[in-house]
Amino acid sequence: MAALSTQPHSHGAVVPVASRAEHFTSYDVDAFEVPGGREEIWRFTPLKRLAGLHSGAAATGSAAVEVNAAAGVTVETVGRDDERLGKAGVPGDRVAAQAYTSFSQATIVTLPGDAKSEPTTVTVTGAGSGSVSYGHIQIKASQFAEGTVILDFRGSGAYADNVEFLVADGAHLTVIAIHDWADDAVHVSQHHVKLGRDATIKHTVVTLGGDVVRVTPVVQYAGRGGDAELFGLYFADAGQHQEHRPFIDHGQANCRSNVVYKGALQGEGAHAVWIGDVLIRVAAEGTETFELNRNLILTDGARADSVPNLEIETGEIEGAGHASATGRFDDEQLFYLQARGIPEDQARRLVVRGFFQELIAKIAVPEVRERLEAAIEAELEAVGA
Amino acid sequence: MATLEIKDLHVSVVSEDAPKEILKGVDLTIKAGETHAIMGPNGSGKSTLSYAIAGHPKYTITSGTVTLDGEDVLEMSVDERARAGLFLAMQYPVEVPGVSMSNFLRTAATAVRGEAPNLRHWVKEVKGAMADLDIDPAFAERSVNEGFSGGEKKRHEILQLGLLQPKIAILDETDSGLDVDALRVVSEGVNRYKASGEVGVMLITHYTRILKYISPDFVHVFAGGRIVESGGPELANQLEAEGYVKYTGSKEAAALS
Repeated sequence: MAALSTQPHSHGAVVPVASRAEHFTSYDVDAFEVPGGREEIWRFTPLKRLAGLHSGAAATGSAAVEVNAAAGVTVETVGRDDERLGKAGVPGDRVAAQAYTSFSQATIVTLPGDAKSEPTTVTVTGAGSGSVSYGHIQIKASQFAEGTVILDFRGSGAYADNVEFLVADGAHLTVIAIHDWADDAVHVSQHHVKLGRDATIKHTVVTLGGDVVRVTPVVQYAGRGGDAELFGLYFADAGQHQEHRPFIDHGQANCRSNVVYKGALQGEGAHAVWIGDVLIRVAAEGTETFELNRNLILTDGARADSVPNLEIETGEIEGAGHASATGRFDDEQLFYLQARGIPEDQARRLVVRGFFQELIAKIAVPEVRERLEAAIEAELEAVGA
Repeated sequence: MATLEIKDLHVSVVSEDAPKEILKGVDLTIKAGETHAIMGPNGSGKSTLSYAIAGHPKYTITSGTVTLDGEDVLEMSVDERARAGLFLAMQYPVEVPGVSMSNFLRTAATAVRGEAPNLRHWVKEVKGAMADLDIDPAFAERSVNEGFSGGEKKRHEILQLGLLQPKIAILDETDSGLDVDALRVVSEGVNRYKASGEVGVMLITHYTRILKYISPDFVHVFAGGRIVESGGPELANQLEAEGYVKYTGSKEAAALS
């Protein structure tokens, strides 16, 4: 986009109050204060619209979890006392801790080791309008496993959960989490990724629906050679709040991370928040990391906040960088396309599709790719662009 | 027989404080089969003329008319002008990330021709047109103009000219920034287009060197936002020798010394 940094954009305005290394985590909801909205990690989130997920709302229902597993992939429904749970990370905010304290059943999906498996889809359907529910999912990629898991969130209600991704040594896991909720839904989710030695994850978050969706993907490395690619694609319409808070915690040497989140916003009160934290600890020599967020504002009345934070505790790194840009629709691109006879609405679609193309092209599952392309078309139809 | 008729055209651009008049009464008629060279010093308004005719939103027409075969061009949207048969090869073609050249060309051809071209013929047509301009076929899958060199961008402008077959083509400093080989290839592309039918060309340039490859029927000197002198090809020779000093009072060469 040509009009960089002409938009409300908070890059540079925020100095982290404390190192991300001191960020408090706990499995216990009572270890967290009820947030009031002024806390650094909550200051962008409309707490009033969270249906009490942050202030102790009890579950009134349970979200349905349905797994369409590929051959060789095992699916278990387990109780909250299963000792395998909670190994990928510790909840980092009160809602995640509330979810961890409150879920009654968890789903564990295990990809077989030393084998390539076809895509597995986990569909989570909200418990319905006005309901509150909590969930827990664990995805395990066994040693040298290779496969894809699609998480498909849909339906209504308020839902908070933790999703664990345990990627064993040498495993390659691809994850696509699609938040395609109904208009009234509220979803606060923490993803915990733990990467073994030479393990890779390609983690894509797609956020389309819902009233408030807040996703916090956290990546930790358990050994050298881990590689995390975090992609995000979101489309916020009038009144929607979409918040993505990726945190890459580089605590091991010779690991890599790459974060690319792109969003389009349209309509009055559409709000996207992106907080990208990267911490390179003293031990993480040879780290290579880059994070990027881009927002495309299609209409007046939409707002994007974008805050990349990069903390580096060792000088012995391969490279580290971040970039953030929020721009309006580029009139020069429109003019160029129209000057070749392409009508304005079609030209706008080409530009928006082009904006997302880089990320869509990375999605290896054709059905998901087509679904996203169709969803973006539908979003553009809706505003008459 | 297509005719582009520009009458007493006044154009302003909105700058920081007040609108600033750039074109101060341009009169020019281009008929099919004619090539008009518009030559002038930097800042004389040559590019503004081209963008105003194409309908760039930055420019406001304050008075005058532009018609194509009697139809009011100024009433048309940018894309309608293109579909009516006007084409602007831009001095600085715009990058459109994520939109492949092949998708862009097909979409544009569909819009201009009024129907989707037959796929098999189309692929052949594009391949041939690219080969004519020494464009590597790999460019078809690259994003529009993204990361292209100046010369590659200009070749692709002429590629579009050949594929969209407008009635009137405006070439805005297509020669600027081209090396000798690229200038020859691009000029040959323009000449092929000229030979392909009854078409009119407005060739905007600062320097005379492109006129060695594309011969103009008329040469107009543009200065201070209007045409100040018109003549035949001999006028270009005069500019080559004397520069624009006669028109601007300052020394600015029209030939590359």
